[in-house]
Amino acid sequence: MQATHDQRDFQRLLNTLLDKIVALVKPGEPLNLVGIRTRGETLAQRLVPLLHDRGITEIGFGALDITLYRDDLSEIGPRPLVRPTVLDFDIDRRPLILIDDVIFTGRTVRAALDALADFGRPSAVRLAVLVDRGGRELPIQPDAVALSLGELPLDQVVKVKVAERDSYDGVEIERRSSHESRE
Amino acid sequence: MSETRWNRKHLLGLQDLSADEIRFVLDTAHSFKEVSMRSVKKVPALRGRVVVNAFFEDSTRTRMSFSLAAQRLSADVIEFTEKGSSVSKGETLVDTARNIEAMGVDVMIVRHAAAGASELLSRSLKCSIINAGDGAHEHPTQGLLDLYTIRERFGKIEGLKVAIIGDIANSRVARSNIWGLTKMGAEVILVGPATLTPSAFASVGCRISHDLDAVIGEVDVMYMLRVQNERMKSAQFPTVREFTKLYGLTWDRFQRCKKGVFVMHPGPMNRGVEIQSDIADGESSGILKQVENGLAVRMAVLYLVSQSGKAVSADS
Amino acid sequence: MASILIQNGTILDPSQQLQVKRDVLIEHGRITRVDSAIDSKGIKNVIDAAGKYVTPGLIDIHVHFREPGDEEEETIASGSACAVAGGFTTVCCMPNTKPALDNEAQIEFVLRESERVALANVLPVGAITKSREGKELAELASMFQRGAIAFSDDGVGVADSSVMRKALQYIKMFDGLIMQHCEDHQLAGGAMHAGLVSTLLGMPAIPAEAEQLMIARDVLLNRTIGCRYHVQHISSAFSVELIRRAKQDGLPVTAEVAAHHLLLTDESCRTFDTNFKMNPPLRTQADVDACIAGVVDGTIDILATDHAPHLAEEKELEFPYAPFGIIGLEPALALYIKALVTPGHIDWMKLIDMMTVKCAQIVRLPRGTLKEGSVADVTVIDPDLKWTIDKEQFVSKSRNCPFHGWDVIGRATHTIVGGKLKWRLN
Repeated sequence: MQATHDQRDFQRLLNTLLDKIVALVKPGEPLNLVGIRTRGETLAQRLVPLLHDRGITEIGFGALDITLYRDDLSEIGPRPLVRPTVLDFDIDRRPLILIDDVIFTGRTVRAALDALADFGRPSAVRLAVLVDRGGRELPIQPDAVALSLGELPLDQVVKVKVAERDSYDGVEIERRSSHESRE
Repeated sequence: MSETRWNRKHLLGLQDLSADEIRFVLDTAHSFKEVSMRSVKKVPALRGRVVVNAFFEDSTRTRMSFSLAAQRLSADVIEFTEKGSSVSKGETLVDTARNIEAMGVDVMIVRHAAAGASELLSRSLKCSIINAGDGAHEHPTQGLLDLYTIRERFGKIEGLKVAIIGDIANSRVARSNIWGLTKMGAEVILVGPATLTPSAFASVGCRISHDLDAVIGEVDVMYMLRVQNERMKSAQFPTVREFTKLYGLTWDRFQRCKKGVFVMHPGPMNRGVEIQSDIADGESSGILKQVENGLAVRMAVLYLVSQSGKAVSADS
Repeated sequence: MASILIQNGTILDPSQQLQVKRDVLIEHGRITRVDSAIDSKGIKNVIDAAGKYVTPGLIDIHVHFREPGDEEEETIASGSACAVAGGFTTVCCMPNTKPALDNEAQIEFVLRESERVALANVLPVGAITKSREGKELAELASMFQRGAIAFSDDGVGVADSSVMRKALQYIKMFDGLIMQHCEDHQLAGGAMHAGLVSTLLGMPAIPAEAEQLMIARDVLLNRTIGCRYHVQHISSAFSVELIRRAKQDGLPVTAEVAAHHLLLTDESCRTFDTNFKMNPPLRTQADVDACIAGVVDGTIDILATDHAPHLAEEKELEFPYAPFGIIGLEPALALYIKALVTPGHIDWMKLIDMMTVKCAQIVRLPRGTLKEGSVADVTVIDPDLKWTIDKEQFVSKSRNCPFHGWDVIGRATHTIVGGKLKWRLN
């Protein structure tokens, strides 16, 4: 296991991501922030007060469960419990930023876009991720990234740890064990 | 935490499920309830899959509920309704079902008048089987949606006192509820005439009473079963009038119920017989909630049996 | 006809209470000599029965061969083959064929077919009522004269008490025998035993009282008549008690029990496997224990299989709709051993007694003995042979057997009928 970034680094990464997100937002415009469950949601929750500090206050917050939208190719390993998707805001005609912890094949984001389409029509959807580890299988790229790891070998897994769920913050790279799914 | 919580290919009854499995289904149903609140009430989870409603016994509402549930999961739904026993038709149940399956079926939902029919099919077919009611044996999705509704209302199931009232002997709904409720830690009291409340149920932890008025003050849930006229003809109780007198939820009885009592009924109701209209329509009634939750529970069940073969765990 | 010499075996002949090492010589269809060390010179067929029992040919007075009418399930020919493969030399077949065996011509047909097939002796049981409908008496005396060994409406009991009373009186006239399927008509209609299991499964069920009611009724009806009366396939504890009391009162009652009622309970029905569906149904352990006790104290006189063939497609139905019955001739002996001898409830002498001479006595057949001069119906049994019941290897046309895969001990190795070897274990 390779801990590439520890607690302190994590805060710096989060701030980097924050800066890049702020650059995407037009001042004075209402914004919808949707975290992809589960750690994307946690990151999004952390970003909301940070965005407030930067003067972006009109933020609709939501959490998206993409389990029911996954395509069959991403199904190696145990399937998660389906949790509700909560989007308590006006989705139509407003910009929406999807937040996730790691982008890999791009299939999770594709599923998230499908899910969003069932709720309405944002004016624009942008993607902000903490870590990009390469390995795309679809033409999907983030609009904001904090950490680019280049093209990581497929036998390695990137894990983002957040204190709310894992008792510490960090980014780790591990050798893949047989039951882990590719995301 | 990555334990497998559901890996069953079929849902044939609640008797064989563990409390953990039941809880998992209820939690999954919770998410599907949210789908039904959206404007686009669909998710692509079962897209391209074929679901057949094979109903060999009449039922409009359960069939519609399953049909809608499957459609909300984007599955292709086929309706097959053919009444009468296999013997009278000339083609056996297994043959009929195999013929349907040969067209490429992923999930078959089966309702049949004979106990064990869905079990027979699960042994003879390759697709997933969901039991929508087999004779007087089980109606697992009804049991699950009832558990969900109770949990939604009280926040828990354990420790509650639930009275099931009426024709227990001939009721698959009663049996599934008995299994589900006892597994989840509720106390079940069966109330009805001696001819319709078999004492054997005491051996699986139920209390049995023939006096509704004696227990009415202590129960949290009053689950009324439907009275069927066939029972009169087979001498199981004298008249509807006497039944209502002894076991009907009249307004007067309702006044003597526990404060905050929750009234449930699997439908369809005989208004004025087992339950008085204004109670059925009132605030204490969970009857419409049951129907609403039925949809979410059936979506969850369809989703889970379709995923079997891939272990489903509780954590991502 | 070539002679047969059975050497080195131990004869087990309950008719003479004899269990001793003896050779048996069979000539011209009869047992001509039973002696220690008979010389085999000049005899072509010598059977070495070392380590084996040599018994009178086994008899089963309750089987169903589906001819005429349902020949695809079993015929007199295939059924006879089952019988000899199970060590049986004589069987009595029930009249619930299509049409029923309710007249002379049908009785004649069975007897002739049995002769033509020439394996086991197949003796027909005539119906009590026309078409077994329970309303009018069939031509009982004519059938009796033609060779019907007994009378029964098996499949159902005679529901109408006044009809039953007349049947008892009429059959008593020529000292005939009634075999009754005891099941009260109005309590019938279920698919399994009415008890804890059926209640939890929500299955329509038959209470034990259905059987007891008819036994009690018949015993009472027969008190002043005294016709020979035999209770078929007894299954419930109190039924055994009723027979016990009737016998104590000196009434001419006999009873039989089948292997499945000594080995299985209604718990087997939980899987809805119709190979556990029969009538009377499998009941509780207490009933099994009472039946075993009935065998031990002699309340139950004999063992009988109630061999009831059905094709797979007939049994592969929803449990409440599937037909009742299982086959039993081929594994019977091993199952009786498993239920009664191995646990030490009875010994081999009593087992063979209940499968030979007692059966013969009930149907008044001059068989079931190894006395010199008697017809050579002989079975050779290896009591220590271990085998696994494999229904795919059965000679029966049907496969409805719940004992498939059971490991058992004891098997007939030779079946000799009328002095000819009709079956041998390979």
